[in-house]
Amino acid sequence: MLKKLSITLIFFILIAGCSGSDNSPVDSGLEKGIFHFGNGSEPQGIDPHVVTGVPEHHILISLCEGLTIANPDGGPNLPGVAESWTISNDGKEYIFYLNKNAKWSNGEVMTADDFVWSWMRILTASLGSQYPDMLYYLEGAEEYHTGKITDFNEVGIKAIDDHTLKVNLKSPTPFFLGLLSHYSTWPVHKETVLKHGSIDDRTGEWTRPGNFVCNGPFQLKTWELNNKIVVEKNPHYWDAETVKLNEMHFYPVSNVMTEDRMFRAGQLHLTSTLPSQKCPIYIEENNPDLRIDPYMGQYFYRLNINNPYLKDVKVRKALAYSINRKLLVERVTRCGQIPAYSFTPPGSNGYYPDTELPFNPELAKQLMAEAGYSESNPFPKLEILFNTNEDHRKIALAIQQMWQENLGIQVELVNQDWKVYLSREMVGDFQVSRAGWIGDYEDPNTFLDLMRPNRGNNKTGWEDLEYDFVMQKANSTNNQEERYELLMEAERILIKNMPIIPLYTYVRAYQLSPDVKGYKPHILDHHHPKFIYLERD
Amino acid sequence: MLAIFFKRILLAIPVLFAVATITFFLIKIAPGGPFDADRAVSPQVLKNLNEAYNLNASNWQQYVDYMSGLLRGDLGPSFRFPGRSVSEMIATGLPVTFELAFYAILIALVMGVFSGVLAALKRNTFLDFIPMSIAMIGICVPTFLMGPLLVLIFGINLEVLPVSGWGQLPGDKILPSLTLGFAYAAYIARLSRGGMLEVLNQDFIRTARAKGLTERMVVVKHAMQGGLIPVVSFLGPAIAGLLAGSFVVETIFQIPGLGRFYVEAAFNRDYTMILGTTIFFSAMIVFFNLMSDLASLWLNPRSRDAS
Repeated sequence: MLKKLSITLIFFILIAGCSGSDNSPVDSGLEKGIFHFGNGSEPQGIDPHVVTGVPEHHILISLCEGLTIANPDGGPNLPGVAESWTISNDGKEYIFYLNKNAKWSNGEVMTADDFVWSWMRILTASLGSQYPDMLYYLEGAEEYHTGKITDFNEVGIKAIDDHTLKVNLKSPTPFFLGLLSHYSTWPVHKETVLKHGSIDDRTGEWTRPGNFVCNGPFQLKTWELNNKIVVEKNPHYWDAETVKLNEMHFYPVSNVMTEDRMFRAGQLHLTSTLPSQKCPIYIEENNPDLRIDPYMGQYFYRLNINNPYLKDVKVRKALAYSINRKLLVERVTRCGQIPAYSFTPPGSNGYYPDTELPFNPELAKQLMAEAGYSESNPFPKLEILFNTNEDHRKIALAIQQMWQENLGIQVELVNQDWKVYLSREMVGDFQVSRAGWIGDYEDPNTFLDLMRPNRGNNKTGWEDLEYDFVMQKANSTNNQEERYELLMEAERILIKNMPIIPLYTYVRAYQLSPDVKGYKPHILDHHHPKFIYLERD
Repeated sequence: MLAIFFKRILLAIPVLFAVATITFFLIKIAPGGPFDADRAVSPQVLKNLNEAYNLNASNWQQYVDYMSGLLRGDLGPSFRFPGRSVSEMIATGLPVTFELAFYAILIALVMGVFSGVLAALKRNTFLDFIPMSIAMIGICVPTFLMGPLLVLIFGINLEVLPVSGWGQLPGDKILPSLTLGFAYAAYIARLSRGGMLEVLNQDFIRTARAKGLTERMVVVKHAMQGGLIPVVSFLGPAIAGLLAGSFVVETIFQIPGLGRFYVEAAFNRDYTMILGTTIFFSAMIVFFNLMSDLASLWLNPRSRDAS
């Protein structure tokens, strides 16, 4: 008996002994200036020219910096490596004056040539970068990438001297400065890349701790796969004085419930997202840590125009008009999402599309009748394709119900594994497919460009020459007002033809410790870490 | 016993070869490719990517290239994580998964054998019913429920243990090991009870008692050796299952083990990673099954004497 008791006692002493001090990582982080960051998933890598994705962006924004940086208060970009710039009257020539204090994390001074070489790298076809089109706005860039020209000197980027960079664009691109805060346009350290491989080597080990050299406010300290990436303050950063954090720890927590528990137990300052079922509860509880920020992303359904039944625009409109978007966000998504009546989220850099997308079941029924469908000739069964996910299922169920009730259409829900869903979308093997799009930069072009003919992400089969013409015209004018008017015109053409059905505008819902300061809402979710600091609330 | 060992090792080679071949062609049949992404890449970029990873070659050519690499011990580069080789990723995740499996099996053995033997000795008393009821709960409650439950109690309500991590915070290995250990403890408890009951009724136990040995000696020296053979037979597949099936616990507790790489590789169509981890886990299953068979043989006096 005594023995049993002592075993039990030892077990509990062990547990108590292992529980450590009262200091949670969040508390000790406050003392040491360490920001514990829930980062969604393990990043593919940290080569800014090779990787894609949000977790990768969060790490890269701490390690590297482009010519400009996103403005934490919204609005035009702020100086990054370029301390100032001039733009020619026709909007096609940019001269960037680089900050002479801008250095790489190994202490070397940055030069204009670094940008020329870096942009040459991302435009090198054999690198297989997934974002070369971010630089297609440059003269000759697309031609170089697709092999039509082989001399990089013909591309519109030149180093005038060590600290002056000239960029020539094909047409005025008012959002060009905004593009420069996207990681694909950021510089990489030539000598380091070449030391570990060639210019087009995707697999070089230059991104490993100890090898990695870049120019951001932090430098890579350790990287434990699937566990944690630690970055520490870079003393060579040109604006090191502004940087208040000493370290950032990125945790690849792919399970949202685990992330939520980690936050509640004081192991994280910030979560990447929220379990969707908890959002309405936290809203009701007035959870002080809950943050719901505007986000430049749209949730929509793609309609396959090549499907014989969806070819008729009246059918497509009927489908769109029979969806109650307000109900969808209030009863189904329930996390502050905004009903969408346009493809571009309103408010993107002062752009407010004027398209209308009524919820009008009567009109929808009438359109179906005009399209030749009636009780005696019912519309055939429709299929909604989505990737396996409980939230997508809930939305699809609601839409299924609305179409059944308002139009009498039988709808089948088809969920597929992510890659199967993508491949079916890509080859056009769907009728209606759920989709989402997040803006790469703060301009309506990042959405509207998608629907132009021959764009890989159009996927609907819809090709409209008038739309393409208006888009082309919009992107060749230097007058922002005129441009927005043309983009709105394009938006109207899109909604009139309805190859997509916008459903709602995303929000970014997450939890943030009240001790984190300077983490302001940003429509692109760009948070330059030099503005973030920790202070007891 | 040595002959059995070598015979089984030789048999393992065609098994692993078949596993590699079947897996290779199965993943080729699966729709979707490693470079399919929400933001579709241009055909030009896709062509370059396929070329970089030898995916433009015919399936047979790729198969021959992969198998010849495999013979040299090269599992290829990961498609999902540029710059990382599959061997490197297995080497990173394996020690963690092994450590987790070790603690779990230790907990399972201590708890399972103790309660199983106790239940057998005190048959049809509350010392039998209670541990066996708990064992039944342990079998029925899946780890994805047990894990969060333990986290809620010890991590969030009592605040005595960290809710996630592995080797980052003091005590963060306790909850995942307990979660994984519980499920197996339950099986082991039932197996040891059954095995012990069978042995305790046999003549040699009666003889031992008649010779005047203490009850402890009877149980520990005579009964347990035979009574625990089912447990030892179970251990081989159990360890292999722990290694390959720790994905759920690794995800719940944010543990950087091999299980997460394995499952995520399938979702990402990371062909080489799927192949590498499948072959590796198959080898582990073959190895631990063999070990458990050998241990069972050795524990059984009749077969031990025969060999």
